[in-house]
Amino acid sequence: MIKTMKNSLKAGLAVLALAGLMTHGAAPALASAAKVELPARNWSFNGMFGTFDRGSLQRGLQVYQEVCAACHSLKLVAYRNLSAIGLNEDQIKKIAAEFEVQDGPNDEGEMYARPARPSDRFVAPFANDKAARASNNGALPPDLSLMTKARKGGADYLHALLTGYKETPPDGVKMGEGMQYNVYFPGNQIAMAPPLAEDAVEYADGTKATAEQLAADVSTFLTWAAEPELEDRKRMGVKVLLFLLVLTAMMYALKRQIWADQH
Amino acid sequence: MSSKFFENPIIKWVEYRLPIFSFIDHSVGSGYPTPKNLNYWWNFGSLAGVVLAIMVATGIVLAMSYTAHVDYAFESVERIMRDVNYGWLLRYIHMNGGSMFFILVYIHMFRGMYFGSYKEPRELLWIIGVLILLAMMATAFMGYVLPWGQMSFWGATVITNLFSAIPLVGDAIVTWLWGGFSVDNPTLNRFFSLHYLMPFVIFALVFVHLWALHVHKSNNPVGVDIKGPQDTIPFHPYYTIKDAFGLGVFMLFFMFFVFFAPNFFGEPDNYIKANSLVTPPHIVPEWYFLPFYAILRAVPDIWFISAKLGGVIAMFASILVLMLLPWLDRSKVRSARFRPVYRQLFWVFVLDCFILGWVGANSPDAVFHGIPFLWIGQTGTAYYFAHILIIIPLISILEKPKTPPESISAAVTQAAE
Ligand code: HEC
Ligand code: HEM
Repeated sequence: MIKTMKNSLKAGLAVLALAGLMTHGAAPALASAAKVELPARNWSFNGMFGTFDRGSLQRGLQVYQEVCAACHSLKLVAYRNLSAIGLNEDQIKKIAAEFEVQDGPNDEGEMYARPARPSDRFVAPFANDKAARASNNGALPPDLSLMTKARKGGADYLHALLTGYKETPPDGVKMGEGMQYNVYFPGNQIAMAPPLAEDAVEYADGTKATAEQLAADVSTFLTWAAEPELEDRKRMGVKVLLFLLVLTAMMYALKRQIWADQH
Repeated sequence: MSSKFFENPIIKWVEYRLPIFSFIDHSVGSGYPTPKNLNYWWNFGSLAGVVLAIMVATGIVLAMSYTAHVDYAFESVERIMRDVNYGWLLRYIHMNGGSMFFILVYIHMFRGMYFGSYKEPRELLWIIGVLILLAMMATAFMGYVLPWGQMSFWGATVITNLFSAIPLVGDAIVTWLWGGFSVDNPTLNRFFSLHYLMPFVIFALVFVHLWALHVHKSNNPVGVDIKGPQDTIPFHPYYTIKDAFGLGVFMLFFMFFVFFAPNFFGEPDNYIKANSLVTPPHIVPEWYFLPFYAILRAVPDIWFISAKLGGVIAMFASILVLMLLPWLDRSKVRSARFRPVYRQLFWVFVLDCFILGWVGANSPDAVFHGIPFLWIGQTGTAYYFAHILIIIPLISILEKPKTPPESISAAVTQAAE
């Protein structure tokens, strides 16, 4: 009798723990039931042992620089951070030096422009949000530094968004002025023209630049930009869990031993 | 008092002047007699204590790199994530620690309800527990505002606005809370100050909680009083090792989220910097507030009380009413093991809390298989109060409980046979 109750309580614990998670996990799914399902991709950085594909990261950087950077800033990333995706110091200096930043005041009290240094953050394409809107029909291209964390679905969403344009909207859908139909964008009308087309970029490493490839690479790069700690985190996590597993097993053995005279 | 410490001359010297060693021994040592039959549901209090310590430790270090200003808060958190050594680890522990704290404390409370731990002579212990819950909620709410994301800002706006429902002085109170005419820099500053303060208030409350606990000792799964030394075992080493093992299991669970799903409990919108001009499509609180959020939104206009005021009253009442449990439940039998009817209804109540949480995560206008969430929320809210105010008192009088064992030791020998 007591045993079965114990068991039902144990099941209860599991239910409580799981349901607590599920109430949260299930809710967004329900809330977005009307929307289309995101295709889940098999990213190299998924899973407990996931790491970023270096080649993809560097290609993604190239896509960002040559395409997205015309409109989108990446304000939280510094040029020096690119060493983490495998660029060397000279490459980083070269990239930084292509941009100008305002510095000062100097000893004469004047502000002046200088080439960006590795310690500077990615220089934004527009001076401010107003200027960004003015160049984009009133729409604001958001900063991309945290994009994969700021949308449900993360990299899957980004990839789906970039490849989810339809030239002709479904029958009966009236498009707003300057809007594009996108299957995955909430509300389906997005002010960003399809940024990627086949061969939009000529990859330095010779990879064929299909639209699919471009989207996958830039999504990988932006996932790194949002979570530069991801690899360190997962690597440490595996060690921590292993350590805890051994420690807990030892605690259990000790517990059995200490309680032996009570059972 | 065991003499084992007193042979060491340094300990002897200190003990003579400040009897801290015997204090520890009486609190969590071999000098603290504990019921011999506690099961793993009795681990959650000490686990909550560990998480409280983790929260304070990580919080203090985070505060060294955090800037409480509307122009810098969001970026300063990202600096912690990117530029501070192991800043991401600190932040993810603190962030997920909040969720863990509530998981533990909710289980801890349900444990109390199942085994009747709130009953005589532990009424104050229970009431202090409810005060701890309120203090935790205030702390968590203000902490969530600090990163100054979209959900921080809009959550703060929605919740502080609730106080405007108070007749006559409501608007003045809201302005006073904000330190201005909207959630803005003064609000962020005071929330930071209070968020830093509250955990120490919780510490003090936990101290009193444990003080009260140690007077009559822990309740136990069969819910009968300790009758003599044969019913107890010393806390150390029996429960120190059991708590240590439980801590290991819990840390595995906790650290899994920290390292592999650190944003599982969060909202993506909070990685967008606060913007007072853009309202997010769904403003939802953190998961641990969802049942209360559902209750808040369930109440319609009643006579002269607006839905808003009614909702606020219901929400606070849903927590405060728990303080009355020791008197609403008139059954002399503590443990649900010997209360067949109460036991079933307890689980219905747990289910009701989950349903309320699920409703809280959805818009009240949304529909589930043709049933508006508003209705589900209203039914769930009505049942919540009915369970506590009507069902518990009624069954405590009408139910015929089974006879609990003579004593804890009798129960233990019975179970072993
Ligand atoms: C010509 C300018 C332009 C270029 C080039 C551009 N974008 Fe955009 N992007 C925009 C604008 C404008 C918006 C805002 C759209 C809206 O709110 O409807 C936007 C929005 C976005 C969004 C946000 C969607 C959401 O869920 O809110 C993402 C993600 C994005 N762009 C990614 C990219 C990526 C990746 C690239 C490079 C491959 C890119 N963009 C290239 C102008 C541009
Ligand atoms: C900061 C949060 C809290 C901490 C650190 C904490 C800590 C503890 C500890 C260490 C114990 C003894 C071990 C145990 O029985 O699990 C305990 C017992 C208890 N707590 Fe809490 N507690 C917290 C919150 C609460 C809350 C919110 C409630 C209920 C409203 C509560 C009600 C009780 C009761 C009734 C007992 C006695 C249980 C029994 O002996 O059966 N506690 N608490």
